[in-house]
Amino acid sequence: MAKTRARAGRRKAAERAGGQAVRRKTRHGGARRLREAVVTAPITVPYVRYSIRNAHFFVGRALAALLEQSRLDKSDIDGLSVGSFTLSPDTAIGLTQHLGVTVRWLDHVPLGGACGIVALRRARRAVEAGDAEVVACIGADTNHVDSFRQSLASFSVFARDAVFPYGSGGPNASFAFLTSHYMRSFGATREDFAKICIAQRENALSYPHALFKKRLTLEEYLSARPIADPIRLFDCVMPCAGAEGFLVMTRERARSLGLPFARVRATCERHNAFPEDPIQMRGGWVLDRERLYGEAGVEPRDIDFVETYDDYPVMSLIQLEDLGFCVKGEGPEFVRRHTFTTDGSFPLNTSGGQLSVGQAGCAAGFLGLVEAIRQLTGQNLARAVPEARIGLAVGFGMITYDRGLCSGAAVLGRADA
Amino acid sequence: MIRPLSRPRRKNPLLRTRQPLLPPGGRSRAALGLTAAAALGRFELQACAECNAVQYPPREVCHRCLSGTLRWRPQSGLGELLSETLVQASHDPYFRERLPWRLGLVRLDVGPTLVVHLHGGCAPAPSRVRVGARLDKSGQGVLLAFPLEEVPNMADDPELHEMTCDPRFRKALVTDSRTPLGQAMVRALIDAGADLVWAAHAEPWKQAPGFADLLALPQVAPVPLDVTESRSVKEAAAEIGGKVDILINTAEVHRAHGIASRSGIESARAEMDVNYFGLLRLAQEFGPVMRARGADGVASATAWVNILSIYALANFPPHGTFSASKAAALSLSQCLRAEMRPGGIRVINAFPGPIDDEWNQTLPPPKLAPAALAKAVIQALKDGIEDVYPGDVAEEWLARYRESPKTLERELSP
Amino acid sequence: MSDDAPKAAQRMAAPASSLASLAADLASGAVRVIDLSQTLSPRFPQIVLPPEFGQCWPFRIEEISRYDERGAAWYWNNFSCGEHTGTHFDAPIHWVSGRDLPRNATDTLPVEHLIGPACVIDCSREAARDPDFLLTAEHIRRFEAEHGRIPPRAWVLMRTDWSKRTDPAAYQNYDATGQHTPGPALDAVRFLIEERDVIGFGTESIGTDAGQGYHLKPPYPCHYYMHGAGRYGLQCLANLDLLPPQGAIIFCAPLKIENGSGSPIRALALVPHGGSNHG
Repeated sequence: MAKTRARAGRRKAAERAGGQAVRRKTRHGGARRLREAVVTAPITVPYVRYSIRNAHFFVGRALAALLEQSRLDKSDIDGLSVGSFTLSPDTAIGLTQHLGVTVRWLDHVPLGGACGIVALRRARRAVEAGDAEVVACIGADTNHVDSFRQSLASFSVFARDAVFPYGSGGPNASFAFLTSHYMRSFGATREDFAKICIAQRENALSYPHALFKKRLTLEEYLSARPIADPIRLFDCVMPCAGAEGFLVMTRERARSLGLPFARVRATCERHNAFPEDPIQMRGGWVLDRERLYGEAGVEPRDIDFVETYDDYPVMSLIQLEDLGFCVKGEGPEFVRRHTFTTDGSFPLNTSGGQLSVGQAGCAAGFLGLVEAIRQLTGQNLARAVPEARIGLAVGFGMITYDRGLCSGAAVLGRADA
Repeated sequence: MIRPLSRPRRKNPLLRTRQPLLPPGGRSRAALGLTAAAALGRFELQACAECNAVQYPPREVCHRCLSGTLRWRPQSGLGELLSETLVQASHDPYFRERLPWRLGLVRLDVGPTLVVHLHGGCAPAPSRVRVGARLDKSGQGVLLAFPLEEVPNMADDPELHEMTCDPRFRKALVTDSRTPLGQAMVRALIDAGADLVWAAHAEPWKQAPGFADLLALPQVAPVPLDVTESRSVKEAAAEIGGKVDILINTAEVHRAHGIASRSGIESARAEMDVNYFGLLRLAQEFGPVMRARGADGVASATAWVNILSIYALANFPPHGTFSASKAAALSLSQCLRAEMRPGGIRVINAFPGPIDDEWNQTLPPPKLAPAALAKAVIQALKDGIEDVYPGDVAEEWLARYRESPKTLERELSP
Repeated sequence: MSDDAPKAAQRMAAPASSLASLAADLASGAVRVIDLSQTLSPRFPQIVLPPEFGQCWPFRIEEISRYDERGAAWYWNNFSCGEHTGTHFDAPIHWVSGRDLPRNATDTLPVEHLIGPACVIDCSREAARDPDFLLTAEHIRRFEAEHGRIPPRAWVLMRTDWSKRTDPAAYQNYDATGQHTPGPALDAVRFLIEERDVIGFGTESIGTDAGQGYHLKPPYPCHYYMHGAGRYGLQCLANLDLLPPQGAIIFCAPLKIENGSGSPIRALALVPHGGSNHG
């Protein structure tokens, strides 16, 4: 991937676009000045396979980690966004009392793999509008021995009525359908998927929070335990407990606190895109990528690393196609052309992705964003992408029936980019 | 290629009996509409009354125009198998015991995409299939894709076999096997492949034409059983209950009286004692052990059949007390159905119109021949449906009843 | 001797002493008690009429509790049956010919009638040869020639050993032409009532009339004439072979059912020890 810097002209055009936005906003909203919201303090509460603690523990420890990294006081947090599936019967409001925070902006975002992107979008606007100064965005879930099976039963009405009775016990069958169809339609092979999984595992070796710590070989991948043909064990994430988070605040505030930050160049979200597609071969990004890159002032080739939402390797291919890195159906060819380790031609899921790190429920929706922030603020825990300036984090999820309903993406930039 | 079912080996009595597990049985109210249709052997989906869009999964408002009026309409089920998988690992305990399990993703010609159980006879994707609805082991409606053409050993597909109550290789009890219907039922079970049929009879000193020939069949074993006598039921259950896979309750008293046409309650009481209390006694004695054997291999306990009457839905005043006793039995059978569900035992109710027997002698045709009723029961077992309305009269009364019970009441009492 | 002596002597010889001596005889075994009843059980054959008629209930019994959650310290049952189930008594009101007679129901009939001498006529060989055997007046005269005249107000019991048929099918003895059990001929019934003034007639089978009694003229002559004359019937008796031809005393009291037509009974007989067998 060529690392071209954004031309000065293009940058100015972006600023003009942003500036026009500012003027439009002030015309509508009165005298208030739009402030730029940035992301800081990427944190992870270490993942464990099973925990006897509830989700509240992981949210609480995430908040503590945010405070520790930012050196802020709990009373400085005046906005809270929480993504979690296992807080029930609580939602974010219960947490305010549990954790002893008083906020003037609150959001509960149980959107699984999209909750990080969506949380960022909401928090950003809140800060820009002055509704909050410092918003803690946290994705957290616990995992008890039978959590997974229990959560399936109460995941959605459609899942309960039209998926659960069919016995695959989760989204594995839905993604098996998808993977099989994708393979048949576009000639993808299991070796193509293996390449991604193996590269991500390589990336995870340097990431201290990854639950998978061993290299993965092609032989192991191909002969792994079958789950639902054609999907095998290493195509699936391992559910676990943990949390991810970051803070959203004004650029000024980040500077005054001395916190390294990344800039939010553009975001997008879309839900229930392409309902007429008989099977999900594409997501909402197809409809939003042009505006996303336009607003960010970049093109796909300007992206230095991509954190896809990799609940199954086929979804990474679909996201790469839909976000413009190759044409629909050429994913397999793209995979064969590139290498995906942090030092490869196309750094992908540089901390290992959830396939190697683990899926801590909604925390997986934050995983990519948090890693992107780390890469762009020089706070790497895993190996650093050399000279990373622009990163893309993708959100996807909520398979309430036969397809992921949510799609989202965020283009982040280094503070000086 | 579907492997034909093979006769199970004789069970080792020292081994623990596998306990029944059920597939996930929770459904929203909207989704229960699919179950209700499947109970009758029909595949129906919601269609919008205003824009005709077909909906799946079941829901509350039209996904296209937001209309609140969605009506359940029969579906051809024709569609395209887009993709399939063979599930080899599952968190669900029921399916875990039955892996591998074939699933498919079908796009119906009328629009929706369905996750379905996939019959082994379907060609790999992409291919044309026909989706049908069945009741799964938990008694809830599920979708199953079938090949367009019949394939050999169709009924032996392991997924389909789980959802049906095929008499093949099984042992059945017919609770009154002396009446014409009882005899027809015994013979029909043997024709359908039952290994053994216990032909129960209440009064051994009473003879009936044809009964001696029936008892001479090699698959038939007589058993004394008087459903009006608690100890008789208890003893029969003690002797054979642990082996009964299919129980067909044909025991019935039928008199042609309303209220005024007969003084005293004795005739009506005799009807209740057999038609209602007989069912209760049988259910108390045979129910628990059948329920425990719901997952006992290929020849597991699988179904309880009640021969009710279309008069159970709406009273036929010339046979008013009989109608009432059948209505009581219908209600009790719903209780039985709920109690048998944990064992995966299907409770099947047959609602024939007048049978061509002596008690319906004065009624004009059409009347249902006992052999035709027996055949309909066998088909219901093979399809695994819950409510069967055999014959023209039954079907017509059902249609009238569903449209307006009050109107049917009036039509039956001129 | 005092003036009281004759009176005291009289007291000692009073007829009331027969009860005292009966008590002593019972205690010593000089008089034995014979059970003439079948056990009331759901399995005991029950009279069955054509299906369009009302039916007499067979005996049925349902536990109320048996030292269990329905009642920890006790066992008891509810039972149901018809008035004419098992070993039972027929009152005159049972038949149309006796419907208007005074004191014709189980609660109104004179209780004196319920204890009396029993004459047992042995038809066991004849019944074994022919299930449709009819006891005629001629048979009764031959019985009297051997065993003495039937006293007035006696019970005449027709011994057929039918009670030894423990297979219900054999007891009912049905075939395509109906039931085949022995009973009295018309002339025997009229003879017993008009010439011997019996109190009632008893049999071992279901029905005091023969199984084919429908075909006699009039149908069911024993029911018709006995009840029409205010006399009684006993059915499904057992152990008649343990009674002497004459000399037993029978106790056969029906339950005191308001306006009842009959009831199951515990029929008992007193017989002298050693004087029980005959023929």
